[in-house]
Amino acid sequence: MKNEGKSAQRPDNTAFTQQRLPAWQPILSAGIVIPGFLIIGLAFIGIGIGLFLTSQTIQVQEMDYTGVEKDSPCFRCTIPSNLNCTCEVTFSLSTLFTGPVFFYYGLSNYYQNFRRYGVSKDYNQLTGDTRYFKSRSPEEDCSPYSYDSNNNPIVPCGAIANSIFNDTFELYQIINGTKKQVPLDGRGISWWTDYNIKYRNPSPVNGSLAKAFDGTVKPINWPRPAYELDLTDPNNNGFLNQDFLVWMRRAALPQFRKLYRRITDGDYAAGLPAGNYSLTVHYNYPVLSFDGRKKVVFSNVSWMGGKNNFLGLAYLVVGSLCVVMSVVMLVVYAKFKFSDDDDA
Amino acid sequence: MGSLLSACRINVEKKKVEEERHLRANDREYNLSFMYANNAIKTSKYNVFTFLPLNLFEQFQRLANAYFVFLLILQLIPQISSLSWFTTVVPLLLVLSITLAKDLSDDITRHKNDKHVNNRKVEVLINGDEKWMNVQVGDIVKLENNEFVTADLLLLSSSEPLNLIYIETAELDGTLIKYTISILYISGEVRCEPPNNRLDKFTGTLTVRGETFALDNERILLRGCTLRNTEWCFGLVVFGGPDTKLMQNSGKSIFKRTSIDHLMNFLVMFIFGFLAFLCAILSIGNGIWEYQEGNSFITFLPRADGANASLSAFLTFWSYVIILNTVVPISLYVSVEILRLGNSYFIDWDCKMYHVKSNTPAQARTTTLNEELGQIKYIFSDKTGTLTQNIMTFNRCSINGKSYGKSSKGFTVSMIKKIDFSWNSLADSKFCFHDHKLVEAVKSGSPEVRAFFRLLALCHTVMAEEKTEGELFYQAQSPDEGALVTAARNFGFVFRSRTPETISLVEMGVPTTYELLAVLDFNNVRKRMSVIVRNPEGKLTLYCKGADTIIFERLHPLSSKLMEVTTEHLNEYAGEGLRTLALAYKDLDEDKFEEWKERHHEASTSLEDREAKLDAIYEEIEKDLLLLGASAVEDKLQDGVPQTIEQLAKADIKIWVLTGDKQETAENIGYSCNMLREEMKEIFIVASNTAEEVREELVNARKKMSPESGDEPPIEKSRFLGKKSQVVEDEKVNGEYGLVINGHSLAFALQKDMQLELLRTACMCQAVICCRVTPLQKAQVVELVKKHKKAVTLAIGDGANDVSMIKTAHIGVGISGQEGMQAVLSSDFSFAQFRYLQRLLLVHGRWSYLRMCKFLRYFFYKNFTFTFVHFWYAFFCGFSAQTVYDEWFITLYNLIYAALPVIGLSLFDQDVNDRWSFQYPQLYAPGQLNQYFSKMAFARILLHSCYSSLILFFVPWAAMCDTVRDDGKDIADYQSFALLAQTCLLIVVSVQLGLDTYYWTAVSQFFLWGSLSVYFAVTFTMYSNGMYLIFTSSFPFIGTARNSLNQPNIWLTIFLTTILCILPVVAKRFLFIQLKPTINDKVAPRKVPRRRISTRRSGYAFSHARGYGDLVTSGRFLRIPVKTRSALFPHTDTPVADSTPQTYRTIYEGAQSP
Repeated sequence: MKNEGKSAQRPDNTAFTQQRLPAWQPILSAGIVIPGFLIIGLAFIGIGIGLFLTSQTIQVQEMDYTGVEKDSPCFRCTIPSNLNCTCEVTFSLSTLFTGPVFFYYGLSNYYQNFRRYGVSKDYNQLTGDTRYFKSRSPEEDCSPYSYDSNNNPIVPCGAIANSIFNDTFELYQIINGTKKQVPLDGRGISWWTDYNIKYRNPSPVNGSLAKAFDGTVKPINWPRPAYELDLTDPNNNGFLNQDFLVWMRRAALPQFRKLYRRITDGDYAAGLPAGNYSLTVHYNYPVLSFDGRKKVVFSNVSWMGGKNNFLGLAYLVVGSLCVVMSVVMLVVYAKFKFSDDDDA
Repeated sequence: MGSLLSACRINVEKKKVEEERHLRANDREYNLSFMYANNAIKTSKYNVFTFLPLNLFEQFQRLANAYFVFLLILQLIPQISSLSWFTTVVPLLLVLSITLAKDLSDDITRHKNDKHVNNRKVEVLINGDEKWMNVQVGDIVKLENNEFVTADLLLLSSSEPLNLIYIETAELDGTLIKYTISILYISGEVRCEPPNNRLDKFTGTLTVRGETFALDNERILLRGCTLRNTEWCFGLVVFGGPDTKLMQNSGKSIFKRTSIDHLMNFLVMFIFGFLAFLCAILSIGNGIWEYQEGNSFITFLPRADGANASLSAFLTFWSYVIILNTVVPISLYVSVEILRLGNSYFIDWDCKMYHVKSNTPAQARTTTLNEELGQIKYIFSDKTGTLTQNIMTFNRCSINGKSYGKSSKGFTVSMIKKIDFSWNSLADSKFCFHDHKLVEAVKSGSPEVRAFFRLLALCHTVMAEEKTEGELFYQAQSPDEGALVTAARNFGFVFRSRTPETISLVEMGVPTTYELLAVLDFNNVRKRMSVIVRNPEGKLTLYCKGADTIIFERLHPLSSKLMEVTTEHLNEYAGEGLRTLALAYKDLDEDKFEEWKERHHEASTSLEDREAKLDAIYEEIEKDLLLLGASAVEDKLQDGVPQTIEQLAKADIKIWVLTGDKQETAENIGYSCNMLREEMKEIFIVASNTAEEVREELVNARKKMSPESGDEPPIEKSRFLGKKSQVVEDEKVNGEYGLVINGHSLAFALQKDMQLELLRTACMCQAVICCRVTPLQKAQVVELVKKHKKAVTLAIGDGANDVSMIKTAHIGVGISGQEGMQAVLSSDFSFAQFRYLQRLLLVHGRWSYLRMCKFLRYFFYKNFTFTFVHFWYAFFCGFSAQTVYDEWFITLYNLIYAALPVIGLSLFDQDVNDRWSFQYPQLYAPGQLNQYFSKMAFARILLHSCYSSLILFFVPWAAMCDTVRDDGKDIADYQSFALLAQTCLLIVVSVQLGLDTYYWTAVSQFFLWGSLSVYFAVTFTMYSNGMYLIFTSSFPFIGTARNSLNQPNIWLTIFLTTILCILPVVAKRFLFIQLKPTINDKVAPRKVPRRRISTRRSGYAFSHARGYGDLVTSGRFLRIPVKTRSALFPHTDTPVADSTPQTYRTIYEGAQSP
């Protein structure tokens, strides 16, 4: 009994309390570091070559149609008073542009990532919740595109929706001087989650989507209300319009491209054959005031996505540096190790 | 409530004016008129209603929390708010609620304790049983055996024969004895000091029927003790509840802060400035952007009315304050507390610092100083009880000019055998002595020898306990006394019992009773004690024992010859490291004594300056003494003291011993515990009587050690946080030196004009011994070093006289030993044996320091990296205070994703195990030099973070530029980019953490990979359909994880960023190990075959115990030169011998090079 009391205060002798937990101590020894660098270097070079070659196979046709230069085809459309201006950009492909071809529009110096721009929307509204058609949550985010001058609620509210890209394009292949329209497919160009979950149309009232928008007004810059965005396809209207969805997924950087259409159908399923093409641009979107640029991009993709040489080059450079570094380390290690031995 | 408040107020006012306490026994009415506090205590801080508001109020007084609130307010301003409110509220709530929960549980415990204590029953003389809380000042209470003491009581009587009682203090295991006043009385008036916190002092008087008695500490029974071995006792309540000394002592600790704390505060201030700087840059950028681009961008994004570029810039400044606030890591303080607490627990839990004999584990009494244990440069140690066991054995004596006892130099034939004390039936069988001549002298009846032992048997304050006939137990206040009384007992002068008026001896078998007339007690100033007794024949004699110098000053001229011989003997004893006392006596005149006694009574009942008056009275009678001889007792060194000192010295810690002993004793102890060594070039001894001589000796010593040192001390003036300080830099010395300085010289040396001289000289020496120092001087010495050296000091001691030193030093260590708990109570760390100090410093201290520094470095790294990415992004988003990451990531980053791994790192990491820490005390040096975390290290972290954040932003930027998914859809959108950037960041900081961890335990790895998995789990959850459908506006990132994390180029980017961030660090570390290895790199365990050891010179095997440490330190490739010293002790008995064996890289390359 006495003994129990005697060692009553003895601390527990466990690996944890005695700080003797089994452990492994990684050590930067030459045997690990130098081969490690070499292996990583070689692997990187391998990946880099792969990436670079892949990137090289991706075809890109890029055309700026802003019309800054006086001789560019769209120059005349840059005059603000020139409404409903159409211009034509021609280009030729020397080889087959392998399909599926993706048709992007690109903007630069365009700050979709500007904070106040970015918050200027109402997700609750965009899920089709009509409660938020008249009120906002939070109230001030959509400002100043929340209500029009008559205090009617704007739906969809906010700067992002209001500034939707509204140039439209038609692509023609010029075969022996005649224009053959290339069919552009605008279905499924947005994220599946955006189309199916994130955005929802309000439930149609009496079968009419337009009725659901009763009491609201269209965004100021829009020519037509949301429920009439696509006059050709009644299912591509409201918040579930593909172009709208693509636009609403705002870009991370001031220079970006967004998917406009895909060329997958008909004669062009295999790609755009070599030849001359003409792109008709319905020039509506003003960018020159803020020194922005507009372009169209035709591109195909690979397993690594769109064309981006950076990743491949970066891997190559880093890989090479690793190899060089491993040699340097070997030299240093050898020199200092042997000199130590000499001393001993 | 109101009445209670007013009562409190009156109480407070009362306290202010209370200068003397008057009370009458059992007169409640009279006592209540003074409004003394009753015996109810309240240690709890809150009640049900006040808890929330009070606690929150307290919490928001902390800067960190206030800062959170400031941020929150900023976030609520829509024009500024760049982040949702929850990014601040969630961490704030978490921090608040953790603290709230902790405070709540603490307070509930306190409430429970209070209630329990207040409702204890005690028998009150006038009312019968009462609850404790209803006991009033002036009540007489009856305590029974094993009961807790109710309040601070004045003892009145007890069941024990001599009105003694035995008590046990809660923390102390030994029993203490208290005297009581022998009259039981029902009425009486007490006048005493007002409530105070001095445990060792009490002054008051008791007046009963016109007779006045002096009251001192001996008669006071303090709350917090327990009655033992005493059937009952009566006590008069003097102080109740909050006025008791126990309560007065609680909660008034000085808050010590570590140097890392100071550095941290400085850095936080710097970071605030840095934050403002970053925000200023960005707001200027915003101004320019708004002016150049934003003006035109209003096509798509009109400004609010009246806004222009400068207003926008102003708002942007605050928006960026919100976004970049993570550079000021508020969670830092919480985490630091957690890890310090953890490391304190490791100290408490350490089996190797648990002393089995005394059942005492080590205890970290302060949990906020751990890392400073790894930075100690100076140790100030007491000697008795700290270096030594404080268990005394009577070894030598000099009686009437003749020396007895074994000498360490040699034995004469008569000394070989242990003396057989069987002739004395009352002898203590454990006592041993080796000189038969002394026994013969006693038996032959030599009067001087008999007087010598009679003195030892009479002049003391020991209590005897005789439970069964012939079995004596002595309860001594100090072990010296016990040893001397035991010696007298064995030589035939048995102290048998005492009453307040008599002392009963058995002199050579004859029972004799002496009348005890006065006890002139010992104290630190007097350094002597005397008793005045009347022997059965009626002769009055004063017996005195004390420090030799003191006694010699008071001797009658007749003794001068004897004094010379005795002095010689004393020097010899002291040279052997024994503690000496001189003994003298004096016959007294009856008339003179009567007259003296009257004045003595007068002095002893006075309330003011009682001690000074008593000292003067004592001084009068203690003169013209006749010398009897001297005694020498040995205080054995504790186990492992020389080894510990050797280890600590190897760790380049300077040890100063501050002792009250004679110079010779101290010197000898210095040698025997390996502080002073034969191979030291010189040991300076400063023992002079004038200031000038002292100065001269100090200067000479310094010149000898370092001929080129200038007259002016090398002072580095620095202003740190407004505090001006003079720092004396270290000076180079060739070789090792020691310094011994006596108390007299020290007094001169500590004067203002000579302080620095002392400091310079002393700090150049390896070991310093100050002898004959007073407690105040101890504190002064510590203060001197603390003030003028940029070094961390540690004071270690066991007795009340070390308290001031323990409190002064950066870290105070108390040894719980023979002298009570006072040192322990005022210490920061405590344990039972001096040798545990090496484990505390070399293992726990070093680990704590390492962990703290690693933690800070990593913590700053991870937060800077996190934040800087925002800075780079600003240049691409029009300086609009757009965050790079998802808001939820920002909220959870420090809270969940990166919290546990870093805690794991800072609780479990160790660079080398404890055994290796002992093998290489040199590993301690980086802590002393502040190498692991300094302003330089901080600057490096800043650069490293800068690099990492550049990679973390620009690699994803370049990789995502104009790219698309493999199905042609968008991937360069903001949400995907945010996800990519945050994933890169988290993986990079996690891998970096793994790289920083030296010691990969399952726990820390689990934390690391667990946190990463949690990140992915949480991310997928938050970006899932369900969360979006429920909380639409809170989780707008729906689908991002699914859509981008299935893309190979995303993963290739993550991989590339990780490699780019980590490999340079690996390469740099590897190259530094090769080119500029630190001590750590050298001793890091390696898996290198050991066989080459045998190819070394043949002598190596024998000198294995020498350790590699010496070889390491002598190697030319060491960064920090540490002086070579040879090991005197093998490390076989180090307390870590049972650690698991490891294979280590052998370090012998440099062995022959120097």
